Amino acid sequence: MIAHAIFFYVFSLIAIISAIMVTVSKNTVHSVFFLILDFISISCLFIMIGAEFLGMIMLIVYVGAVAVLFLFVVMMLNVAQQKNQWLLSEDSSGHIPIGLIISALIFFELIIVIGGWKYKPDLFNSDNLQISSELSNTHSLGQILYTDYIHVFQISGMILLIAMIGAIVLTFRQREGVKKQSYIKQISRERSEGVEVLDMPSNKGVKIDD
Amino acid sequence: MQYFDIIFQEVYKILFLLVPVLVSVAMIVWLDRRVWAFVQKRQGPNVVGPFGLLQSLADALKYIFKEIIIPASSNKVIFILAPIITMTLALIAWAVIPFNEGQVLANINVGILYIFAVSSLGVYGIIMGGWASNSKYPFLGAIRSAAQMVSYEVSIGIIIINVLLCVGSLNLSDIVLAQQEMWFIIPLFPMFVIFFISSLAETNRPPFDLPEAEAELVAGYQTEYSGMMYAMFWLGEYANILLMCALGSILFLGGWLSPIDIYPFTLVPGAVWLIFKILFLFILFALVKATVPRYRYDQLMRLGWKIFLPFSLIYVVLTASYLFYFNLLPTN
Repeated sequence: MIAHAIFFYVFSLIAIISAIMVTVSKNTVHSVFFLILDFISISCLFIMIGAEFLGMIMLIVYVGAVAVLFLFVVMMLNVAQQKNQWLLSEDSSGHIPIGLIISALIFFELIIVIGGWKYKPDLFNSDNLQISSELSNTHSLGQILYTDYIHVFQISGMILLIAMIGAIVLTFRQREGVKKQSYIKQISRERSEGVEVLDMPSNKGVKIDD
Repeated sequence: MQYFDIIFQEVYKILFLLVPVLVSVAMIVWLDRRVWAFVQKRQGPNVVGPFGLLQSLADALKYIFKEIIIPASSNKVIFILAPIITMTLALIAWAVIPFNEGQVLANINVGILYIFAVSSLGVYGIIMGGWASNSKYPFLGAIRSAAQMVSYEVSIGIIIINVLLCVGSLNLSDIVLAQQEMWFIIPLFPMFVIFFISSLAETNRPPFDLPEAEAELVAGYQTEYSGMMYAMFWLGEYANILLMCALGSILFLGGWLSPIDIYPFTLVPGAVWLIFKILFLFILFALVKATVPRYRYDQLMRLGWKIFLPFSLIYVVLTASYLFYFNLLPTN
């Protein structure tokens, strides 16, 4: 048990410190790297409580895909050079109260959620789900998702699909004057169209392409 | 004291796995160059040691004694971290590869997800190296490489789902044991082909070596690296290639199982069969490298997203419907 506790504290300490570093560090790209470290330590915590499937999915989805896109955007924007003087400058005066209000709202929401859980512990009782203790957690997750919660699961899938289509529609625009390569045209080129073999009589020219 | 015993045993096991992997990475580089030379009617490395077998060791020595140059304007911490991450990720994935029934360092329930997660982290070594170099060619190479690896991971993930439908478990040993009657390469042959091509793209091998396309990008993300740090990128790359070959042989070629389940073949230990299958796939990799010209970048993306992804999705539906209709879905 001691080893377990040590690992738990190490991972949670790393998670908390890197979460703080995400907001504190001056270089935006470093922030993203700390965010990745945070994701990794949280997935380690998931694995420690026996939720190995969630931990791995966390790694694959968040670290393997989402954070790569973050990194892409941050690197492309080249905000790394920006000095962190914004907070002290004149422009920020209007934004700080709004930010404070929003963070206060989120804080109270979290308190309400956790408080409600304490107040009514059987609000969501996992005993009702009848999970067999012999099944691995991948199996039991699958059984619950695809039987009891199939509609919720499918609707969330549809929402994600719609979000994806929306993002594509919003960013898609037909640009004028862009040269495009037609793949079909390129691969459907035949030898007879491109090359012509001619008999060259010596000392006489050949007329090509009149 | 009990903890120390456990730690000692584990370290011993890890070394017993990692040292052979590292040695075989060195050997596989030699094999790659020999196959490449053979196809092009050259000799290849044949001077150092018998048949040039020690060429990789000589190269490694050369790299060790070279000076490590860190560009003045680079981001030093990330610049040094990048090859270390590439190398580490390439090696930790070997923890779950089963060499025989029970012969596996960590027999975890979600082995295939673990390998998938580690290989999807592999992109960070490249993107960190490219960004930290603070130079144009490495950055372009890193961006290309990240887009390429993320795209092809999607189709690899869906191919893995195909196999998992037939197995009903995420454990790599279970995947091998499910192939006792028939290797998955027979019912899932199109998936094997797509897996092979996607793993070429995933490991940045020719014809998909766009990240280091030397004609356009000098050497891609490795341009600013020198000495041992470059060698670590290189070792990590080959360890990744070997890992993909191992994954391919476990998913489709029956892992440690012998091809024919009769007397003289069953005497051969399972690990030997696995190594033969890995070598077979690696020689295919090398032959592809020797024969195929490099893809254009837009065609690469088109192949990944518009051909492989829909095709493997359709195949998932087909596999699932077939298994469901004939009531063959694995139950446990």
